[in-house]
Amino acid sequence: MSQRLLDRAHAVFGPRIVSSHAFHGDETIVVEGTDIHDVLSTLRADAEAKLDFLVDLTAVDHYGREPRFEVVYHLRSMATGERLRVKAEVPDTDDGTEPSIATICDLWKCADWMEREVFDMFGIKFTGHPDLRRILLYEEFIGYPLRKDYPKEKRQPLVRRDPNT
Amino acid sequence: MSDSHSSSAPSVPGGNEPRKMVIGLSTAEDYDARRQAAVLGNEDDDDEMPTEPMELNMGPSHPSTHGTVRIVLTVEGETVTDADVQIGYLHRAFEKESEHATYTQVFPYTDRLNYVSPMLNNVGYALAVEKLLGIVDDVPERAQYIRVIVGELARIADHLTATAAGSMELGAMTIYFYAIKAREWIWEILEEISGARMTHSYVRVGGVAYDLHPDIPSKIRTLMPKIQMALHDVKELLFENRIFRDRMDGIGVFSQEQALSYGWTGVSLRSTGVPYDVRKDHPYLVYDRFDFSVPVGTTGDNFDRFILRIEEITQSMRILNQAFDQMPEGPVVVDDPRIILPPKQAVYNTIESMIAHFKIIVDGVKVPPGEIYSYTEAGNGELGFYIVSDGTGRPYRLRCRPPCFMITSALREMIVGHGIADIVPTFDMMNMIGGECDR
Repeated sequence: MSQRLLDRAHAVFGPRIVSSHAFHGDETIVVEGTDIHDVLSTLRADAEAKLDFLVDLTAVDHYGREPRFEVVYHLRSMATGERLRVKAEVPDTDDGTEPSIATICDLWKCADWMEREVFDMFGIKFTGHPDLRRILLYEEFIGYPLRKDYPKEKRQPLVRRDPNT
Repeated sequence: MSDSHSSSAPSVPGGNEPRKMVIGLSTAEDYDARRQAAVLGNEDDDDEMPTEPMELNMGPSHPSTHGTVRIVLTVEGETVTDADVQIGYLHRAFEKESEHATYTQVFPYTDRLNYVSPMLNNVGYALAVEKLLGIVDDVPERAQYIRVIVGELARIADHLTATAAGSMELGAMTIYFYAIKAREWIWEILEEISGARMTHSYVRVGGVAYDLHPDIPSKIRTLMPKIQMALHDVKELLFENRIFRDRMDGIGVFSQEQALSYGWTGVSLRSTGVPYDVRKDHPYLVYDRFDFSVPVGTTGDNFDRFILRIEEITQSMRILNQAFDQMPEGPVVVDDPRIILPPKQAVYNTIESMIAHFKIIVDGVKVPPGEIYSYTEAGNGELGFYIVSDGTGRPYRLRCRPPCFMITSALREMIVGHGIADIVPTFDMMNMIGGECDR
């Protein structure tokens, strides 16, 4: 990863970057969840950054902290090999509905499945996703297992019952 | 179609014309003519049987899906018009389990990610934890060389498996036996090194579990010509084989732009001509000291991916040879009592070592708070570990970036518009490993 990209991001986005840090050579910028599509498409098209490869997309549940969720994007520039991590803060909702963030399926096709996995595991809705449904677990699964308030020991065996009995 | 059918009036049973035998809706003569036309290849398309879309389940227990993926196909005749690739049949909650295990206890789980090359997962995970601890450069050189050696052996085994399974599913059973026999030799060596045939758990945070036996390098060196011979047999039998080439050449073609958009890495990306290899572009361990090349494909079809795997086995053997020449003597674990268990002799005889042993086993290795993303080149591509630590002995969040998850996500686009039979080589050459894809 690269300090140059961090400086470039600061120059382009200015105060829209909530915070940034570098740890063991991993440069990170944190932005608001509502900004994410704009930030990523700018970084992708920017002639100096050219972060045109989405390496990974995942989420972290900081249970008990505000904002609760972070969606984490790892980007790489295929031209220079430099990397940058972009984190988007996604607050939990009060009314029990799923928190949401914009999809980036239109920028990278691999985001399709990775966003489905994050939805499956964390229950974060990606607005605008063409086919948002569970991917690793089964449709009947209740809850989101990688959230910190989902107990590890909880069992949900899939038993298909005959609706007539 | 012959003209006789359209010009002649329908036969009337009991009339003056000789009675024609009726087969289904057409007459026997009509049937013969149709058959003749089909053989000669001048069949009139208008007269083909009308088709309607049919839903077809391929997997999860189809022989070519290795038991872990289900493809819901919509087919029109032999052509796939839509496909829904459903994964998750091998999901074992690797990430959730890891959050409740100490950093050391995660190693056995990583064995079960890509179960064809567990050593590469071990190495990738160990490097991630070491990056978080900040001790990547402190790991003794001998341990780094041993990691390269076991990693490259695992890579050869991985590529041999993909080659073997891919050929077998196209009917080349002999190739399967040649390649699997070669893989078995490698697994015997790895068993000798680690004690386990498949789930090695050999690498540790800060080094490796035990040193190599002095015989191992010479054993691997005598093995390499035999593997080379097996590869020679595979090439001789397959590369001129019309059936094999017809099903591989020009099938499953993917362009560079598509591959990059789908997040492809490893052999699959290199088959489209992008020379991205983590070992070259971001050298880790001691890979910058070896002279090896990264083969790339030209067309991005299945045959490219097949031939690249064979070529990479040769390159891995080059790395192995150089590693044996360069490998120094010395310790195989980092000298840091906070990370490494004390020797058993000391644990049983001194109270300090007993306490240290207890603390590492129960509380785990204390890792400073922070977050890192560490990546290595595994059998299928870039295997990444994103770890968020809160300063305890267990990871707060551990994310594994499985290379074949991204590759499998492109399967739909690769098979739609092609025949059902093309799914098998395309799926085989992307080498989807359920344990890694579903975690």
